[in-house]
Amino acid sequence: MGLSWMAWTWPTAAFFIFVALCILTMGVWEYLSPGGGPRHGILGLETTRGDRLFISLLGSAFIFLAWLGLMGTPLWAPLAIAIVYGIVVFRFV
Amino acid sequence: MNKIENQKAWFFVLPVLALVAFNAIIPLMTVVNYSVQETFGDNTFFWAGVMWFEQVLTSERFHASLGRQMIFTFSILAIEIPLGVLIALTMPRKGPWVPVCLVLMALPLLIPWNVVGAMWNIFALPDIGLLGRTLNAIGFDYNFTRQPGDAWFTMILMDVWHWTSLVVLLAYAGLVSIPDAYYQAAKIDGAKPLAIFRYIQLPKMKRVLTIAILLRFMDSFMIYTEPFVLTGGGPGNSTTLLSIDLVKIALGQFDLGPAAAMSLIYFLIILAMSWVFYTVMMRNEAN
Repeated sequence: MGLSWMAWTWPTAAFFIFVALCILTMGVWEYLSPGGGPRHGILGLETTRGDRLFISLLGSAFIFLAWLGLMGTPLWAPLAIAIVYGIVVFRFV
Repeated sequence: MNKIENQKAWFFVLPVLALVAFNAIIPLMTVVNYSVQETFGDNTFFWAGVMWFEQVLTSERFHASLGRQMIFTFSILAIEIPLGVLIALTMPRKGPWVPVCLVLMALPLLIPWNVVGAMWNIFALPDIGLLGRTLNAIGFDYNFTRQPGDAWFTMILMDVWHWTSLVVLLAYAGLVSIPDAYYQAAKIDGAKPLAIFRYIQLPKMKRVLTIAILLRFMDSFMIYTEPFVLTGGGPGNSTTLLSIDLVKIALGQFDLGPAAAMSLIYFLIILAMSWVFYTVMMRNEAN
């Protein structure tokens, strides 16, 4: 049985490689500075680096969906917004 | 004392990881792959980009079923949570009636979802069902197979009947964990029943109630079997909730691309809302 039923495409493979790399980076980061860097951010709750990654990824998904639903393609603008959003989350949340 | 470095435990996690990969991660990846392609069967796929996502996000049909889903979920939460707390408060906390009440409350939870749907379908039929005939006999023009309002009434009543018990049992567990000393102190202070509820019982139930809300939210947001067996999504599309619509697109029309895109949007909504509930819960806990 091959993998043809999974219908892989390069863009989706790249997406999963990106997510896997994010998780791997988190692992390396955790190894270099253990503890997850917990702190109280602007949401008023304690977050670790893993929480911040989750909030960034989930929020980015909604930024893309909102843009796609309201403005349509191309998706460069939401990509820029998502990157800024991710940086803000890692800096302040 | 030196801490012994031993990472062997990780190997014991491997079977779980393999299982989760097999039944959740790989299928989810496949859904992501399907969501950007078009297929006409025969395992042949054509690249479609984000077309399906755009189509789903701008489709009236998706907005309508999402709207119905929200109305359904928030209606049953608004009824089941207060009702569950009220029933739990009236249940005895000591004596021979405790097991009787608990068994009665647990009964609806033991019935399989499709059986609940079938039961309520027959129960509510206007010509032969007990509920349907009774309502018509006392002068209501009730027919859940023809009137959307009646279909909604029956669907919500069915969910309340099936799942309020869960809230009752959770709230009851919270209530029995309150030591008698709290009530004695309240009695000495001359607290009224309302004050006891507000300052003793409710704070002690907060944790279990958050779990109850989270569970009922997730379950009702993903509900399929009961409303499908009861109404089949009708009359018209009036009770077509998100999951029913999704199955219609995926299996009825065999539009795998749009169905995959819709599944992912659906999944993200559930993930985000569950995260919000969880965060609020943790925040209250910290305070």
